Amino acid sequence: MKIQISDVSRTFNGHAKGHHQVTALEGIHLGVREGEFVAIVGPSGCGKSTLLDLVAGLQAPDGGDITVNGQSTRGDAVLIFQEAALFPWLTVQGNVEFGLRTRGVPRAQRQETALQHLQTVRLVQFANAMPHQLSGGMKQRAAIARALALDPPVLLMDEPFAALDAQTRDIMHQELQRIWEETGKTILFVTHNVREAVCLADRVVLMTARPGRVKDILPVDLPRPRSVNDPDLAELASVALAHLREEIQKVEREEFDSGWCYQETSVPSSPGAGLGNIR
Amino acid sequence: MFLAALVLVWEIFVRLSHISSLLVPSPEGVWGALAEGFTSGTIPRAVLASMGRMLIGYGLAVAIGLPLGVAIARVSAIRDTIGAAAMGLQTLPSICWLPMALLWFGLSEKAVIFVVVMGATFSITTAVDDGIRNVSPLLIKAGRTLGARGLRLQTAVVLPAALPTIVTGLKLGWSFAWRSLMAGELLYSEQGLGRVLTTGRDLQDMAQVASAIIVILALGLLINAYVFGPVERALANRYGLTGD
Repeated sequence: MKIQISDVSRTFNGHAKGHHQVTALEGIHLGVREGEFVAIVGPSGCGKSTLLDLVAGLQAPDGGDITVNGQSTRGDAVLIFQEAALFPWLTVQGNVEFGLRTRGVPRAQRQETALQHLQTVRLVQFANAMPHQLSGGMKQRAAIARALALDPPVLLMDEPFAALDAQTRDIMHQELQRIWEETGKTILFVTHNVREAVCLADRVVLMTARPGRVKDILPVDLPRPRSVNDPDLAELASVALAHLREEIQKVEREEFDSGWCYQETSVPSSPGAGLGNIR
Repeated sequence: MFLAALVLVWEIFVRLSHISSLLVPSPEGVWGALAEGFTSGTIPRAVLASMGRMLIGYGLAVAIGLPLGVAIARVSAIRDTIGAAAMGLQTLPSICWLPMALLWFGLSEKAVIFVVVMGATFSITTAVDDGIRNVSPLLIKAGRTLGARGLRLQTAVVLPAALPTIVTGLKLGWSFAWRSLMAGELLYSEQGLGRVLTTGRDLQDMAQVASAIIVILALGLLINAYVFGPVERALANRYGLTGD
């Protein structure tokens, strides 16, 4: 297993005084094979982002154990965020070289590696541009190149396309599938968009609402490259959504006034209108 | 254009009203005083003397203010002690330090420079502290996931991210230093622009006073236009802070 998550839990203290503890994650078991693309879907607040932070080694779990590449020394997995989080004072190429500079890679080799990965995301002509000159999709591609430059065995993506418009997101889905096939990376991808998860992943992990647990794992055996508009994919997405419905309702009961109830008819059903967003 | 109109209105006002030139100098008189000041070397000497003090005082303020700001932002024990004190001292007009400085350093250059340092240091410190603490947590997280830890994280992510705020602080520090210097020179100094002002008052030479004010104003504007302005514009362009 490339990533092995065993019985992991994480608890946060409430912000206000007197607030009891919030269990974000409880008893998470998940193994991800080498080169596998796994998507994690769940209602808001199910701790999916926390799980990625744990795998990235940015936080430590309160219980359980996480290994990447068989070692618990973390840092082998690079995290990509919803906002590209490019460093605004560096050029696109400077951003891609950042991790290599940290590792002390000599200049010439750094430049070569950076250009090679900019080529992978098709941004070579913008190598000398500043991040603020890029569109949202280009920024996210630059962020992917920045992560790939470190040649991490595992890529962690935290809702990377959630802030993009629908057309750009469709293109990014194609691009990510291509990059994944070219590089053979193991990818753990968090999203709240069921259809996106089904479109991209080999397996979709469905999570429960607070406390976050693995509710179900759904294999996706559709041929690639896939498109979100594929009817088979839409059908699988609705199956996944049905699995999650109970969890979504649980969150809504917590977040809405009592007496509010979830109405089937309020969900847009025309294809493309609702992209399977559960929040 | 506006400046020319202002001078014209001023000239007309002085000619029409019959106020004594002891109170309101005419543009002609001020121009004469400026020319006289430059040819006799009084003004260039005063500018050099003031700028010399300014460079020493501001240089010291930067040398103290920058590391102090970093320390306050990074070490909570320092923030709760020196940081709180610096915040309090910032509200004190720096000229209040002059009596103390005169007792410590005597009637000397050092006393005025001390006032300049006290005037500029804390605004620089506060800006550095602010800048560092307001760095987006997302950028820090990005730096960490790309392998930057410890010193590398501070120098390669935190400082560049805080740079625009720090430059604003340096600019603010300069203007505080400049004010402190003028106040200090007015009250005590043997040379400098403040001294030219005092001499003008002592001689009841309003044209000289006005010419000194114009030089002080012009210096402030020139430094902003040719030192801080370009730096701020370059940063804004690079960081994409221009808003378009």
